[in-house]
This record gives sequence, structure tokens and C-alpha cells, in this order.
Amino acid sequence: MLWEVDVSLTDAAADHAAREVVAGARGLGIDDCTRARTAAGWLIEGDLSRTDIDRIAATLLADPVTESFVVAEVGAAELTVATDGLPTVVHVLPRAGVTDPAGLTAQQALTLLGHPGMIVRSLRKFWLPPLAAADVERLAGKLLANDAIQDIVVGPLTITSLAGGRTWSFTQETIRLAGLDDTALERLSRERCLALTVRELHAVRDHFIALGRDPVEIELETIAQTWSEHCCHKTLSSAVDHVGPAGEAHYDNLLKETVFAATRKIREALGQRDWCVSVFRDNSGVVRFDGDHDICVKVETHNHPSAIEPYGGAATGLGGVIRDVLGTGLGAKPIANLDVFCVAPSDTPAAAVPPGVIHPRRLLAGVVAGVRDYGNRMGIPTIAGAVAFDPGYIGNPLVFCGTVGIMPRGSADAAVMPGDLVVVAGGRTGRDGIHGATFSSIELSSTSETESGGAVQIGHAINEKVLTDFVLEASRQRLFHAITDCGAGGLSSAVGEMGATLGADVDLDTVPLKYEGLSATEAWISEAQERMVLAVDPADWEKLAKIAVDEGVEATAIGTFTGSGRIVLRWQGRVAGELDCHFLHEGRPKQRLKSRHLPAPATATAWHGDGSIAASLLDVLALPDVASKEWIIRQYDHEVQGCSVIKPLLGPGAGPADGTVIRGSLGRDRGIVLGVGLRHRLGRLDPYQMAAGGIVEAIANVVAAGADPDRIALLDNFCWGDTRREDSLGTLVEACRACHDLAIVFAAPFVSGKDSLNNVFAWTDTSGTAREISIPPTLLATAMGQVDDVRRALSPDLKAAGNRLAVVGLSLADMAGSQLELAGRVSGGAVPKVDAAACRAACRAVAAAHRAGLLAACHDVSDGGLAAAVAEMAIAGAVGARVELARVPGGSTSAAPDLAIAFGETPGRFVCEVRPDHEAVFATHLEGVPWAWIGGVTAEPVVDIVATVGTVERVAVEKLARAWRREAV
Amino acid sequence: MLSPRALILRAPGTNCDHETAHAFERAGGIARRVHVRALAERPAVADDCQILCIPGGFSYGDDIASGRIFALELKTRLADALVRFRDRGGLVLGICNGFQVLLQTGLLLADPASGSPQASLAHNTSGRFVDRWVRLNCSPGPCVFLRGVDHLELPVAHGEGRFVLRDPALLEPLRAAGQLPLTYAADDAGRSTNPNGAIGDVAGACDPTGRVLGLMPHPERFIDATQHPSWTGRLDPAGSGAGLALFANAVKAMA
Repeated sequence: MLWEVDVSLTDAAADHAAREVVAGARGLGIDDCTRARTAAGWLIEGDLSRTDIDRIAATLLADPVTESFVVAEVGAAELTVATDGLPTVVHVLPRAGVTDPAGLTAQQALTLLGHPGMIVRSLRKFWLPPLAAADVERLAGKLLANDAIQDIVVGPLTITSLAGGRTWSFTQETIRLAGLDDTALERLSRERCLALTVRELHAVRDHFIALGRDPVEIELETIAQTWSEHCCHKTLSSAVDHVGPAGEAHYDNLLKETVFAATRKIREALGQRDWCVSVFRDNSGVVRFDGDHDICVKVETHNHPSAIEPYGGAATGLGGVIRDVLGTGLGAKPIANLDVFCVAPSDTPAAAVPPGVIHPRRLLAGVVAGVRDYGNRMGIPTIAGAVAFDPGYIGNPLVFCGTVGIMPRGSADAAVMPGDLVVVAGGRTGRDGIHGATFSSIELSSTSETESGGAVQIGHAINEKVLTDFVLEASRQRLFHAITDCGAGGLSSAVGEMGATLGADVDLDTVPLKYEGLSATEAWISEAQERMVLAVDPADWEKLAKIAVDEGVEATAIGTFTGSGRIVLRWQGRVAGELDCHFLHEGRPKQRLKSRHLPAPATATAWHGDGSIAASLLDVLALPDVASKEWIIRQYDHEVQGCSVIKPLLGPGAGPADGTVIRGSLGRDRGIVLGVGLRHRLGRLDPYQMAAGGIVEAIANVVAAGADPDRIALLDNFCWGDTRREDSLGTLVEACRACHDLAIVFAAPFVSGKDSLNNVFAWTDTSGTAREISIPPTLLATAMGQVDDVRRALSPDLKAAGNRLAVVGLSLADMAGSQLELAGRVSGGAVPKVDAAACRAACRAVAAAHRAGLLAACHDVSDGGLAAAVAEMAIAGAVGARVELARVPGGSTSAAPDLAIAFGETPGRFVCEVRPDHEAVFATHLEGVPWAWIGGVTAEPVVDIVATVGTVERVAVEKLARAWRREAV
Repeated sequence: MLSPRALILRAPGTNCDHETAHAFERAGGIARRVHVRALAERPAVADDCQILCIPGGFSYGDDIASGRIFALELKTRLADALVRFRDRGGLVLGICNGFQVLLQTGLLLADPASGSPQASLAHNTSGRFVDRWVRLNCSPGPCVFLRGVDHLELPVAHGEGRFVLRDPALLEPLRAAGQLPLTYAADDAGRSTNPNGAIGDVAGACDPTGRVLGLMPHPERFIDATQHPSWTGRLDPAGSGAGLALFANAVKAMA
């Protein structure tokens, strides 16, 4: 029997989802959709009587106070009668095979009510006014559902059963490589979504020729997953012959000789005082924290999946990076998340959105909701982040998710032992996310949505939460030798990496499945979420299994790490595939690439508009990069776990923080500081300065929150366009060089990183012309700092009238890529250059002044320059400030000195608030660094900016706050 | 004298259990985190505890409705143990998701005749999850947890926190009986801080004895001054937060 239960709110006015449908329809120009109603629907299949299903609806599915329900067999007329006079009924259901968290939860609850073995599928139901069929279709496709993961049914449902799939019976598909020419090999790679180059396929072909046979599908897939850009960073680890502004350079391994090399040199220089523990080795970078804990951090991208399904893509992006931390060493406890999104402007006209692309406003709402629902459910505070806007992100939005973890000292190293069981724990395996690793290594196109929907995963946070509870308890009892997460490439990558030297025998028919019908290959490469692989001593297996039962997690031994040096895959005892570990991990032919980058010469600066400082400030504060992100921040639980100390919004006026600070653990005072830097607007102009500026910004953020400048760990996330092109690869090389140079000067080692290449979107426009758009070269720099005592953390909100304001660092008139340029008030000019040594000196001086207890507030100067920084400090403190531009050091010779001083974005500057009685001591700490007193804090909530000629421009803080919050000024 | 014991009851998806246990310990109690599955196997575990707390989180993912399945599990497997706990004078505290659970189990504000819930926590009017700080007025009446507290500043973090009554006419009698001791108040500028559209600005409810309290705000997130969003330069960083009073009152009452 297949029942449907529809649950709706008794009070129509409380139907928020309906209001969103009406507003969204208006946005799509469907003005006849003036009213709507919604319901949560449930399809329940199993042996249930009418009495049973009524009881289930009343006790489990509907709220007795606020909701009412309708129960009937699927297809019955009463399920599609008009509600409130709205006759059009639209159903939205998860597609077969797509994870349905609510359905799974309901299934579990039914067991609790004494009805095991039911199949439940959730759905959303909408009642709309009579509309043209085309409008219903458009509304459903653009607003109510995402057809990459959902089915839309208008009118009655006609499903008869939810049961699907039959057991797969063993077959092997041999793939003939011997004798194929390059064209045929290329076609094979494309048709099978392998993302292997012809050279790589030559290596595979030759390997199997030597073995005297052709590979079978599962073997070729395993190689493709392992050799994917996503899994082994083949571009960044290539040999490169580079031509750049600093001349010619040759790298045998780009990443090793830039980013890694910087870390190695810093660690060598630190000698005994080296505080790195495990870098670029494990799933996250690990550094020393206090006497008994290490901390680790990782930032990942999940760009391609988020482009196609923003909600699921962002949620599983976060879920994946949380598992990276959980899967570090012998398991770390996730204690903070961060998220950064790069998207096209929300006001992009619908006509400018290429076919197959989700409008950036809907996309941003979707990724925010994904991070919110996953992070909040995990109980991990999302405490840091940023959103950056550029039209170049229209087809390839960037979604960065990061996690910080804490672990007992001495648990960073893990080693699989021969004879250990291969244990998979967590969610079951389904067809979701097949080919995610190889898909992310291919450029998107307007048809990706339909072609690669299978690569999109849907998160089930609660599965990951119980998995986390299980892993942390098992870790506490030391019941496993090693652990890693099932991410890109699924079991093939996880088991392959853990067994990289030992090898493993895996019985794929024992992998727990969501539904029958998966082939051995699908079970092996599926990227179904919320799974971890553990190496468990058989002697500990029973204890581990008991914890799994207690925490409600499924854990299954699916094989053994053998020591044979071979991966042997079996299905019901028969060999399904066999691979040599050495070939799998070392057999990939290295690439030798050419790159070139010569920045365009700077143009002359041209000033536009009336030159008003106050009007410029209001414009700049309201620009999307600068404006308040409160609507996002408040949707994230940034206080769960009780350790948040400097929060993303702070002060009486709830202004923006620089770095955010959390305690490492409850009841302890040592803290972790997080900051991010992103200078995407410089990416196309000067990739070296883009990267350098981002790193300085991330570091300045954590220093402004009180971090020790000698204990800052860095992370890199490179997101680039098509690096198969010489000029594009050239910009990547320049950014790598910047990472190396800045890390060395700041003695801040990179501890982890990730890249996402080929972010190019191709489509055919209405005139039939082939078009493509590439993202700007984008490096996200993340800084993780530490504070000895969180009770001495620092914040940017101005504290008290009468205090003085100082600016530290030189303010130069390089306006290219500035927010003022975006506001249309300046164009051209040079890119702001990083003087790394000067920035380092400024950071150390500010930190020294802070250590001496001299700073009441501190804010780093970034987007929007000095004026925006002071405005933000006043907004947060709900007090006023007076700033005299003539006093700002920098020696500007600009034609518009006021705007240049107020809005220039020279990296590595700080605004400090100092009590008058601390003035003299403050000055002693700043010796040798360019700085000056530029004004003070005032009681009247007004920001006064004194122009170089002595005129005063006044703006009320309330007005600045409204501009920053994008409310009507 | 022995310190009172607090049982922090967790379910799959509970995520405020550690900081809630920490808050009870800071208040001088002994806290023990117990999984509902373990308690169902051995309900006697609750017998040597004086305080039962259901902390915040997303029990069972809140996929159907917040707290629904956790409440169902308590009703089907632990109903007797809970009633026994309350009747022998134990204190019960439900925070956020725990408040939602208490209403759904009927331990709070149930219809005295039928035992069915008269109040619920619906989706916020904004339709969104919200994390922000609110001001609260307290009229403790019989409520043990709020003794001596007349106002509080605490954070909320929820998507389903809008207090609703089956019959709005119940609001005044419940208030008069002292069963609605916590309400959202105005900030310094006179703006309401009600974050979710709750009827009567209700933020928390207790039973007629004052020994069972449920509330949407998170007192365990304001134990230290440094948890306040404006503490730097304004509060003594070594001081405690206002939320500690609720735990201290409970521990004191059972000591």
C-alpha cells in the first residue's frame, strides 16, 4: 500500500514558503501568481492499515497545535482538490537515488512507532492559482525545484511503488585500450567522464600491455579517480617553464618549489621552535596549540557541484571539509567552520544569465542555506567568512568551506598496519556523486546540469553528526590505527590512499547500500556522503562495533589491508579488478608545461564625479563586497559549543569583526583566531599582487584580533580558469611565487591547501556564437592565528569618546581594483603593491602595542580603504570619530589626494584606538614603522572627515550604518 | 554535602550537550552526558540524578519538526521514568530543542484533561534560522531556575522558536499562573527583541510547580563575560555571564 500524507499549516498567514513562492513568481514576471499554499507531503509504502497511517500522521508527521493533515492512497482525488480556491497542484520529489534526509529520518521514526521496514519519501506540495501551463513549468523549474535532483509532477501523482532496483549480478566489462589511436583514446576519456589525458592513457595502456591484458572498467575508473586533478593536483605539481615579470624561471614541481618550499625553509629556520606538526600530508594541516593539544585546519572548494545544485553542493562541501578534520591523524574534533563565496552580482539582469546557469541571487541564497542547514545541524559554529562579487563568477561560482579541529597531542600521526580491517562507517552507499572527482576536473557548460546531475550529492547532516560522535569516542579509546574520509573518488580514493603502500583486499558486495542495484564499480567510486574509512586491528573490532551501535552508526568491515602492495576488489568471492599500488600512485606521467605572464602596464588614474568624500563613503559602504553580511551571518549558529569570543558581528552597533576568536576548549583560555583574505578584484590585473594582498589581508585580520604574529599558519586555495592555456597558467605561477615570498617574510608557513582549476563556463548565445567566461584568478588566503589568552582578544568597535586614533602603515594612491573604482568614481591607476617587509613590521608593532595593553580597538584597512575602516569602527562602537586626512602618512601626490587617502587600498595598514594616557608609550612601540595620529573618537555619533584643504565633511553614523546595511539612507 | 547531579540527555543530533554540562559544572554541579538509547536500556541511571536537562541541537535532524522524534522516543520508551523523576521532586530544564521536546512530550503546558499539547514552537515569522542576542524580562514566580533574576541578556539560535498556543485565550491564564516567566523585552532603543514572532513575546514556560522550565534562549552560552558580543573594553573579561544564574539556582535548590 502506498499512502500519502499532506501536512499543512492551519494558519495560512504563517505559510512563509507560500509567501516566498509569490515573491519569487513576481521576480520571474509571473504576476498572476498572487497567492499560494504549501504542504509537506510524505509517501509511505508498506503494510499499514488506515488506522495505522492516521496514527502516524497525528503523532509523528503533524503538529497537533499548528498543523492539519490529509491522508489518502496516492492518486486519490482528495489529495489534489483545490486548497483555498487554488486549483493548480505541483509536487516536488527527490529523484530516485537522490538522498532524502527527511524521508530517511521518518523511516527511522516509524521503526520507533513499531512499523519497521517501511519506505518513506518526502515531498513538497504547492497549490497555485490557475496559470498558463508554460508559467507553471517555468515557476516549477526556476523556483520550486531543481531538476538536477528533483522531479516535478503537476497534477495527481501516479507513482505506484517506491521500491526500486534489483540486485546487480556480476559482470565485467573489459575496455580495450591496446591498438587505440590518440583520437580514440581521447574519445574514450570524454565518453566515460574519465578526465584522463592522452598521455596518461598511454601510460595506462602500456601498463596493461605489459600485463598481457586489457583493463576492466573498475580498474580504469580507479585510475581515473586517483589521477584526477581533484585528487592529485597534477597541474600544480607539474614541471613548468615560466616567463614572468621577474624573468624566466624553471620548476620541476611548481607547488613543491614554491608553497611547500616556503614552509620547509620556515620550519628549518625555526629549528627546535618549529610549531608545525603535520603539513601537506594528511587531510588537514596540523600545528601545535597548547601543552596537550594540537589544532588542525583545512579549507576546501566545492565549486562545480554548487553551480548545479547550490544548496546540496554547499552543504556537502562543508560536510566534506568537516570529515577532512575528523579524518586527520587519529581524529580531530571539529570546532569551527568558515565559508567564503565568490558569486556574480545579485542584481545581474536575468537576460545576462547564460542558459543552464542559476541566477546568482538564487545561487547565493542556496549556498547560504546549504551551509546554514549543515553547519547548524552539526553543532559547529560558522564563525568566519566573506562574500566577493564579480561578473566572472556567473558560470563558475566559488564555494569555499573550511573547518578547524582540535586533537590531543601525539595523535597527529596514524599508520595502517598489515592485517587491519578496512571498516566503512556512516551513511550507506548509493549512486549519488558518481564521477564527482573527475567531473570537478572538467569545465562546466550549459548542458552540465543535465549531463552531470549524478555528480551532485545531497547532504544528510544528522548522519555526519552521529558519525562524528562515534569517531571521537572511538578515537578517545584508540580503537583504530588510521582514518580518512570518503570524499572525491569515494572508497576508491579512501581505501586507495590508506592502502597506498600496503594494498588491500575489499569485498565490494559487503558495502552497505542504500538500495539494491549498484554495480561493483558504482559501489567503489560512489561519492555518497557521510562515510569514513577506518583501519582497525581485528582485536579492537568488537569494541568499535559496540560504540557504533551505541551511537546509532552503521560500521561494516569490508576487507583487509594486506601488505601485498595490490588492491584486489572482489564481488561474492570473484575478483572484480586488481591493481598494483605502485603503478596506481607513482605511474602517472608527469607533465611539463609552459607558462607566461606579463602584466599590462598601469594606465593613468582618472577621477570621476564630484569628489565628495562623504558621498563616496556612503557609496562604498553599500557596495556588495563591503556591505554588511548580517543577513548571512545571523542564519549561521556562530555561538554553539560556547567557545566563540570575538564573533563576526560585535559591539553595541553590531559592526563587522576582522579575525574571529574561539577558545580551543571550554574552560581554557588559549584561543584560535581565523581570518581570510581575498583580493579577487586584482586577479586579472596582477595575479602576484592579488595573492600577496590576500595573504596580507588574512594576516592583518588575525593580528587585528590579537593574534601572535609569530604563530600564524596559512592556507592556500587556488581557483583558476583554464590552466591548460599558457597565459592562464602564467598567472597561477605568479600567485604561487607570491605565496612563497610572503610566507617567508612573515615566517608564516602554509600548512594545507587545495586547488580548483578549469573554472571556465562555455555556452552558445542566442545569436549562435560560442561564448566562454572564465573566473578571475582567485586565491583565497586563510590565516589561523593563536592568542595566549582570549580574555585579551582585540576587536574593532570604537570604545570611548576622547580616545585617539592612529593609522599604521603608508597610504598610497594606487586605485586600480579599488572599491572606489567599482563605485565609478575613479578608473585606471596602478595596482596597490605589497611591501611585505613593511607589512610585517606594522603587524609586529601593532601586536607589541597590544601586548602592552595599549589598544582599545584595532581594525585592518582593506576593502573601501581608510574611510570605510573608520566608518565600520564607528558603526560597531555606536560612537563618532574625527579623521584628518592631511595627517595620514603616504605622501600622496594624487590629483585627488582626499579620495586617494580615504579610499586607497594599500595592503597591510591598521587603524588603532588608544587611550590618551597611553599615547606616549604607544609611540615607543611604533618606532621604525610609518604611522601617525589622525584623529579621535567623539561622543556625538557622527564621522567627521577633514579634507587636506581643511574643509570638513560630516556623516551621521546612523546614516553610514544604513548605507552599510543597504537600508534606505 | 554532595554536589547535585545533572543528567544531560542527548539524542542523535543533540549538539549543545558539552557546553550545557560545562555550565552545570561551573555552577557547582556534577554533569553526566547520557545518550537516550543508553537511558532507555537502563532507566535507573536517572535515579541518582536530581536535575534532568535536555540541551539544544537538532535531535534526529529536526527533519520532520523540531524535537518531534526525540519527544516520541521519550514518550514511547521513557514516559514512566520521566514522570517518576518529576514526581520525586527532580528539576527539568529544556533549552531550545529541549524546550521543543518538553512541549511535545506533554511535560510542559499539556492540557490537564487530555494530556495533549496546548502549545508549540513554530517556524520563526521570518522563515529563517536566527542567531542573535535578546533581552528578557523575568517574572520568576514559582520557577526555581529563575529565582532572583529579573532580567537577562542571552543569545537565541533557532529556526523554530515562535511560541504558539492552540487557543490564544490561554495566554492570560498561563501568565497569571506564573507559567510564562520569560518574555522578550525591548533593547535600549526601545525596539522589541522578539526574534521569532512569539505570541505574548513568550521566550520560556514552566509548569505549575516551577520545577520544569523550557526556554528558547541559550543560558549555557552566557556563562563567561567573554561570550557577550560587546565584552571587549566594556565587561570584566574574568567575570561571569548572566546565564550562569539559571544553573546556579538549580544546583543550589538541589544541594
